[in-house]
Amino acid sequence: MKRLSKTSRANGLTYVMVVAAFVILQALSAGGGLSSTLQGQLVPICAYVVMALSLNLTVGILGELSLGHAGFMSVGAFAGTVAAVSLQAALPSAPVRLLVSMIVGAGCAAVAGFLIGIPVLRLNGDYLAIVTLAFGEIIKSIVNNLYIGMDGVGLHVSFLKNTMTLGEGGRMILNGPMGIPGIQKISTFTAGFLLILVALIIIFNLVNSRAGRAIMAIRDNRIAAESVGIGVTKYKMMAFVLSAALAGAAGTLFAQGQTAVIATKFDFNTSILILVFVVLGGLGRMWGSIIAAAALTILPEALRGFATYRMLVYAIVLILVMLATNNPMLKSFFARIIPKRKGASVDG
Amino acid sequence: MTFLNHLINGISLGSVYAIIALGYTMVYGIAKMLNFAHGDVIMVGAYVCFFASSSFGLPPILGVLLAMAVCTALGVVIERLAYKPLRQATSLAVLITAIGMSYFLQNAAQLLWTSNPKIFPTFFTVTDRETGAVKTGISLFEGQLNLSYASIVTIAACIVIMIALTLFTSKSKMGKAMRACSEDKAAAQLMGINVNTTISMTFAIGSCLAAIAGVLLCSSYPTLQPTTGSMPGIKAFTAAVFGGIGSIPGALLGGILLGVIEILAKAYLSTQLSDAIVFAVLIVVLLVKPAGLLGKLVREKV
Amino acid sequence: MAKKFDKPKMVPVPSHSIIPERDIDKSPILECSHLGIDFGGLRAVDDFNLTIGRTEIAGLIGPNGAGKTTVFNLLTKVYQPTRGTILLDGMDTSGKTTVQINRMGIARTFQNIRLFSNLSVEDNVKIGLHNQEPYSMLSGILRLPNYWRQEKAAHQRALELLSIFDMQDLAGVKAGALPYGAQRRLEIVRALGTNPSLLLLDEPAAGMNPSETAELMENIVKIRDTFQIAILLIEHDMSLVMGICEGICVLNFGQVIAKGTAEEIQNNPEVIKAYLGTHKEA
Repeated sequence: MKRLSKTSRANGLTYVMVVAAFVILQALSAGGGLSSTLQGQLVPICAYVVMALSLNLTVGILGELSLGHAGFMSVGAFAGTVAAVSLQAALPSAPVRLLVSMIVGAGCAAVAGFLIGIPVLRLNGDYLAIVTLAFGEIIKSIVNNLYIGMDGVGLHVSFLKNTMTLGEGGRMILNGPMGIPGIQKISTFTAGFLLILVALIIIFNLVNSRAGRAIMAIRDNRIAAESVGIGVTKYKMMAFVLSAALAGAAGTLFAQGQTAVIATKFDFNTSILILVFVVLGGLGRMWGSIIAAAALTILPEALRGFATYRMLVYAIVLILVMLATNNPMLKSFFARIIPKRKGASVDG
Repeated sequence: MTFLNHLINGISLGSVYAIIALGYTMVYGIAKMLNFAHGDVIMVGAYVCFFASSSFGLPPILGVLLAMAVCTALGVVIERLAYKPLRQATSLAVLITAIGMSYFLQNAAQLLWTSNPKIFPTFFTVTDRETGAVKTGISLFEGQLNLSYASIVTIAACIVIMIALTLFTSKSKMGKAMRACSEDKAAAQLMGINVNTTISMTFAIGSCLAAIAGVLLCSSYPTLQPTTGSMPGIKAFTAAVFGGIGSIPGALLGGILLGVIEILAKAYLSTQLSDAIVFAVLIVVLLVKPAGLLGKLVREKV
Repeated sequence: MAKKFDKPKMVPVPSHSIIPERDIDKSPILECSHLGIDFGGLRAVDDFNLTIGRTEIAGLIGPNGAGKTTVFNLLTKVYQPTRGTILLDGMDTSGKTTVQINRMGIARTFQNIRLFSNLSVEDNVKIGLHNQEPYSMLSGILRLPNYWRQEKAAHQRALELLSIFDMQDLAGVKAGALPYGAQRRLEIVRALGTNPSLLLLDEPAAGMNPSETAELMENIVKIRDTFQIAILLIEHDMSLVMGICEGICVLNFGQVIAKGTAEEIQNNPEVIKAYLGTHKEA
């Protein structure tokens, strides 16, 4: 029972950390202690934190590398925003609309995750990774050529070319490469905080349940998992779809906090950025993902002083951190000064 | 005839992909890592050649040789500084480091050379003796079939490189050492092969080829920016997987097919969706042949 | 929690049977006939026939590379056999997957230990109990009452199973951090968690010292007696094989060269030749 208690302690501390950060930031924000740039970063930070948690579920818990996670974020962002815009009249309350649009975003991303999972999860290792990359690019191309408009009749969709003629009072929502302009910003920091909590609860509860153990068993040793009667495809799919749904919700949150979104925002570089959060924060370590996502989203802003050098500094910091945390010599050096934690693979 | 034109353009672009894919595939075969910075080495090569010829007025061939030298050194330095300390680390850690290196090269290029696009000079021209007109290609069948010199040189270069590399890996001592390392590093070491030197050599060859690919790429698509290398890099990586990563003929096959599919999709299906089509074909291929066209599927021993 | 089979039926006992006395009135749990697999041109296993009684401890021995583990891989459908049939409790297993085979009642351990090494000892056993304590992923995420009930049951069952090898105190330790012998024992416990009717042990005593091996022998017999299951084991330690196996099957170059009791095997000239080689070959 040693480990169980340790795990639940780490999980508890993660919740405390998130709640404390929320309370402090809310207080600072109310007291005017936050710079306007940071204030504007709060919703994107929450979205990236959820993205990192979601990807950590795929990479850390399921053990499969995904290089196209921004694709699910994109599906969530556009599906959710289209839902929010078209429901503007029906649901005047912004929080309710945000909730509904998040559910739509998560649902659409889950469907995308399922469809992609069918071919992807049959592959292994690097091949799986390259196919997720391919799907990320395909989603980007599709959304980039999708036109959605709305009029009295309902939603109209066309692909590649805008061929629709909208009725009276109709308006374009998604306009191909121009994306969705003029979004009402209904995402709030509180909504983002709640989404992080929900994501944490889902992931922690999953990990400490039968399904979560099956998923981690597949990660640790697929052949042994099969030998004890665990259906590998089923559980891989479960984890993958769940991860996609969380990414979709994060996408909706992100998009509703922007004035406009375009498809190319969710490209390969964004997928990689999120992967960097996950790897820096530690595989399977949720609190690590949260801190890494928050810190690395703020870092480029914080480096504004360096102006032109900031992205260069970012790259150097990234390389140095990876070298410091993974080189056996440096690692043993750090191990000597910092007492080593003998944790299980899933803590916090 | 237009189809033939597209086909030749496709093969030409595919040859560039193939040369880049070689770098990915060789490094993957030996170091079992995805060197994401490889695409940016291409960009560095193109810049070096660009400045050598436009700022220092060096003849193109010297520019190319200089680019090859710089990239070879760069590849070896990157490997020594960023990847070698992580030999024992997880592949994911190395991958992230490679991504960091890619960011570094792109941003360093942006600082050094700004993000304003440079127009790469046209090297492959022939001046007509009689009229003095500068021709960039030959026109056949009364102008129905246009072959640019850049395409011809690219395809020829690709063929030469493939033959040379195949001979190198099968005949030379270093090539055999490389193949031994890709099979089993520990066993190779026990046979007296210096694994570190072999890996460095692989990076050197891959990066040297990247420089050539950079020059060839920019000869056909002359806009040069710090991000020039990233998309061809991803495509070439895809090509390497397509053909079966780790396999040299696979890189050739994957690269050419990818280039042809891309150009034909652009010409006949949809310009906007050409990338999506390329990736969709990749997915289909991997579903049918999970280890790529020429790759060998290794079964885990139970 | 007793496993129910659809159609337990009497099957004629083949002549080469090595079924022990007390199982003689029951149908055998496993019957392999003319089992074989080719890897390319190599006949890794050929014409393999074996029958195991319901509560028998049987041994599969042979020199290195004889195809013993391949037989295990055939039985558990890691490889699909090229030829022959496997009947488990009278039911044909052709076309079944590894997962289905486990649910039908075969559990195994691995020669090269395959634990879920990043997870705790208890979780490893609970993963073995996966199909014994079913509740949906949703119950798990929402922590519905049956989550708590079944998790509690799984926890108790896991500790119970671990107590076979006196490992209940190690429940919280990371499986990968266990000493070698304990890892082998944990694999057995995990396999038992799936409630098998036939347990396959691939070199259970490998890397153990004589006193550990002696203890293991006692425990294997204890497992058979408590769970009333059949056990087929691959082992190089002859003291273990000769000590507890009621029937022994000797494999060489993928073919059965002898079958019988310990005494019969020890005096079989074919077996001696296979192990020691003839003068000509030597």
